[in-house]
Amino acid sequence: MNFSEVFKLSSLLCRFSPNGKYLASCVQYRLVVREVSTLQILQLYTCLDQVQHIEWSADSLFILCAMYKRGVVQVWSLEQPEWHCKIDEGSAGLVASCWSPDGRHILNTTEFHLRITVWSLCTKSVSYIKYPKACQQGISFTRDGRYLALAERRDCRDYVSVFVCNDWQLLRHFNTDTQDLVGIEWAPNGCVLAVWDSCLEYKVLLYSLDGRLLSSYCAYEWSLGIKSVAWSPSSQFLAVGSYDGKVRLLNHVTWKVITEFAHPAALSDPKIVVYKEAKKSPQPGLDHLAFPPSLPVANHLSAAESKYEIASMPVSLQTLKPVADRANPRMGVGMLAFSPDSCFLATRNDNIPNAVWVWDIRKLRLFVVLEQLSPVRAFRWDPQQPRLAICTGGSKVYLWSPAGCLSVQVPGEGDFPVLSLCWHLSGDSLALLSKDHFCLCFLETKEGVSPALGQRDGHA
Amino acid sequence: MGDWMTVTDPGLPAESKTVSQYTSEKKMSPSSLYSQQVLCSSIPLSKNVHSFFSAFCTEENIEQSISYLDQELTTFGFPSLYEEPKSKEKKRELNIVAVLNCMNELLVLQRKNLLAQENVETQNLKLGSDMDHLQNCYAKLKEQLETSRREMIGLQERDRQLQCKNKNLHQLLKNEKDEVQKLQNIIASRATQYNHDMKRKEREYNKLKERLHQLVMNKKDKKIAMDVLNYVGRADGKRGSWRTGKTEARNEDEMYKILLNDYEYRQKQILMENADLKKVLQQMKKEMISLLSPQKKKPRERAEDSTGNVISDIEEDAGELSRESVWDLSCETVREQLTNSIRKQWRILKSHVEKLDNQVSKVHVEGFNNEDVISRQDHEQETEKLELEIQHCKEMIKTQQQLLQQQLTTACDDDTTSLLQDCYLLEEKERLKEEWSLFKEQKKNFERERRSFTEAAIRLGLERKAFEEERASWLKQQFLTMTTFDQQSSESVKLFSAFSGSSDPDNLTVPSRPRQKKPHSMSNGSPVCTSKLTQSLPASPCTSDFCQTARSCTSEHSSINVLNITPEETKPNQVGRECTNQKWSMASRPGSREGCYSGYSLTYTSSHVEKDDLP
Repeated sequence: MNFSEVFKLSSLLCRFSPNGKYLASCVQYRLVVREVSTLQILQLYTCLDQVQHIEWSADSLFILCAMYKRGVVQVWSLEQPEWHCKIDEGSAGLVASCWSPDGRHILNTTEFHLRITVWSLCTKSVSYIKYPKACQQGISFTRDGRYLALAERRDCRDYVSVFVCNDWQLLRHFNTDTQDLVGIEWAPNGCVLAVWDSCLEYKVLLYSLDGRLLSSYCAYEWSLGIKSVAWSPSSQFLAVGSYDGKVRLLNHVTWKVITEFAHPAALSDPKIVVYKEAKKSPQPGLDHLAFPPSLPVANHLSAAESKYEIASMPVSLQTLKPVADRANPRMGVGMLAFSPDSCFLATRNDNIPNAVWVWDIRKLRLFVVLEQLSPVRAFRWDPQQPRLAICTGGSKVYLWSPAGCLSVQVPGEGDFPVLSLCWHLSGDSLALLSKDHFCLCFLETKEGVSPALGQRDGHA
Repeated sequence: MGDWMTVTDPGLPAESKTVSQYTSEKKMSPSSLYSQQVLCSSIPLSKNVHSFFSAFCTEENIEQSISYLDQELTTFGFPSLYEEPKSKEKKRELNIVAVLNCMNELLVLQRKNLLAQENVETQNLKLGSDMDHLQNCYAKLKEQLETSRREMIGLQERDRQLQCKNKNLHQLLKNEKDEVQKLQNIIASRATQYNHDMKRKEREYNKLKERLHQLVMNKKDKKIAMDVLNYVGRADGKRGSWRTGKTEARNEDEMYKILLNDYEYRQKQILMENADLKKVLQQMKKEMISLLSPQKKKPRERAEDSTGNVISDIEEDAGELSRESVWDLSCETVREQLTNSIRKQWRILKSHVEKLDNQVSKVHVEGFNNEDVISRQDHEQETEKLELEIQHCKEMIKTQQQLLQQQLTTACDDDTTSLLQDCYLLEEKERLKEEWSLFKEQKKNFERERRSFTEAAIRLGLERKAFEEERASWLKQQFLTMTTFDQQSSESVKLFSAFSGSSDPDNLTVPSRPRQKKPHSMSNGSPVCTSKLTQSLPASPCTSDFCQTARSCTSEHSSINVLNITPEETKPNQVGRECTNQKWSMASRPGSREGCYSGYSLTYTSSHVEKDDLP
């Protein structure tokens, strides 16, 4: 495992291009595009203000930089550096901006969700979509880029509009049976739309592309409901994480629950492997004795090396008592992600913040639990294989694969608190983002010394 | 009285006397006796008894006392103390004998009385103790009664309290339920209220939004604009099309197409899954049948076995179901038949397994009785068991192979797989090398073969020439005699067939040849193969393949052998080389070594014989 040098970064804006060749990152008002293979700077663009959001177009030819404060979006072309485009939303303001899947239209959401403006880079045409709903996940494109589903609110009722992205024609418009819709998401096959209600009511609705209601599901009433939703890449399963600390898997044939994954703090099944991160005590006498003897500094937890130990059953995980009198209590399953081959599901129960649970979907049971020393910030699956990268805000990155797991210290002087990470398309490298720096972590390729993964610090 | 008793105690007769005296005195002259008694009582206790006796009878009143006694005694039924007067005038005289008799009787009486008294006293004591005991018992019981009564009261009290509590709890529960209901109602009402308010606010908000929108839009905000250098082409290179009814219809069409495709895809998947499951079912069925068929003879032998007829049914079913057409039918039509047959087979299998279990247990019991002699039945059972086991093992190996292959095909970056792959590559390389050498050897052999073939062809040409000549002569003869020709031609055919059949004996020796093994070949040949076998299971398909190739090679060798009839080729060392080629296909079967030697020597000698014969 190799690490690149550390580059500057602001507001965690670092994205690989969809074709995997380039890496865009922002430092204040500058946009830097590098080549992934060499990390040489390819282009350098200067924006009008501090960039708050960047996004690559699907064909990796354009980059959109949104400056919400100014209500301005700037688009840069990689092929023609002199080409420029500036979209000003004026007094209407701007809160969100994204590409359409064809990479030639930009969807800008104005302040107060007054409308969505669709700007075209091909023609002068501008389209408006009125009544978009202000919610968590109100826009969803199908994976093939053909359709856009948009959550709307009219006359105090929720609607979903399905547009054809080709010409922005309305294809379907239907009322959803929700109190307060908060999210919509297409199944990866683009034929089923999952719609879920706000946390006040547990409700998932499944609509066909033609607007038919396929099924609706409600696990319980009264208490807080859905917290997170994820489709499996095979479109076979819909995982629904809720405030009761359970994940429910719905199948795509009957849309009924196949299984419930509870997240208990006490584990006793000997089939489950629990990896516990442990501080590695420095071994005196060995040759990797640090030259400047490590001082017990304040953040020495993140600085100290760590390793994984296999905990013996029964194990009890550290739990957090949720504060009952606050909104958005820290409980329930807040993070959910399927592995690219749909064989594993990684989850985090927010009142056991240090643990990542990996479930085996083929056997429908808990497979592995990783208990970290500090709360898990983010985890992402390798796009090519079942390999999970985890960061906890410390200067380490953790990798898990069915073969084992390991913790890797990010090298370099000073602390490098990894707040977020993103995988390269090929799964060969990983961008580690901290508050104002980022670096790339290169994993060995299959031909190389890949067995090192899982053996270095993995199985004890 | 007590005093009296104690005083009179020493002399018992005296006491009785006093008693009698006392009573008689009372009767006779109470007044006089009273005075006496007073006197007696008045006298101090220390005075002796005599003084008291003297009080009753003194010198003066002897007569009186005698008469008194007499009277008394007669009243008690004693004979009179006086003699019978002979005359009326004559004074009665005291009869001493009578007095003495009386006294004796009195004494006897006294003794009796004493005894009786004693008895009575002991009885009294007994009764007294009984009485005490009973009293104690009574007291105890009373106490018990009291305690139990108290307990009962306590329990009753508790019962009452519990009932009270229960009632309270019921009440509480009811209250709670009411409360829950109330709260739910409250929540519901609040929710509706909230929703209502929300709606109201949302409407307001919407109005505001609308207003804002109008304001923002109407202001002709010059800022709202896109400043672009030049417009870029569409990603697909096409031009944007006008929105018409046509495009709408096309969009619909496309949407339905997508949906249809999805459904078709899903149906296909389901069909595939179904087919797979059917295949598994079929395989299972076949295996079951094959497993059960060796058993079917035995149950029939045992007359009382009921499974026999069922098995025949199964055979029919198997015959039917093994036809592919049945499997391609939709499930509905075959379902019943299928499930029935499967169920039947399952039952048989179960009964069979149970039987086997029983037999095993029986064998265990019997095993101790006749250890030396293994009955035929036991032997058969054992073989059955072993067969089953072998089947199991085979299945296991198969599944393991599949799993490993799967793992290989999934090609994950697991360290182990890459390592294994390396291993496989090495192994494969080795194998290929060996194969290569084998092929070289074969090539040589083929060349030899070819040569022999050409030689044979030449020989054949010669023979043909001879035959032609013969034929000419025969034709000549035919001219002479027409009948002889037919006979000769049939004979020639026979000759040919005999020639072609001559190679058969050689071929027959071939099957035993692959098992040949030279003792010295062990050193270089066997380790490779055994290591292959032990190292990893996935290698086994390769080895099996290899065996096959080896076998094919050997068969080719056999053909070579046939052709080695030609004299110059059959050198002993060449045969030996052949054997070295073959050696490692046998390494996997070390058990059959001895038989192979004989086979080897046999072929060897035969080749020698051929060599001798043919020149």
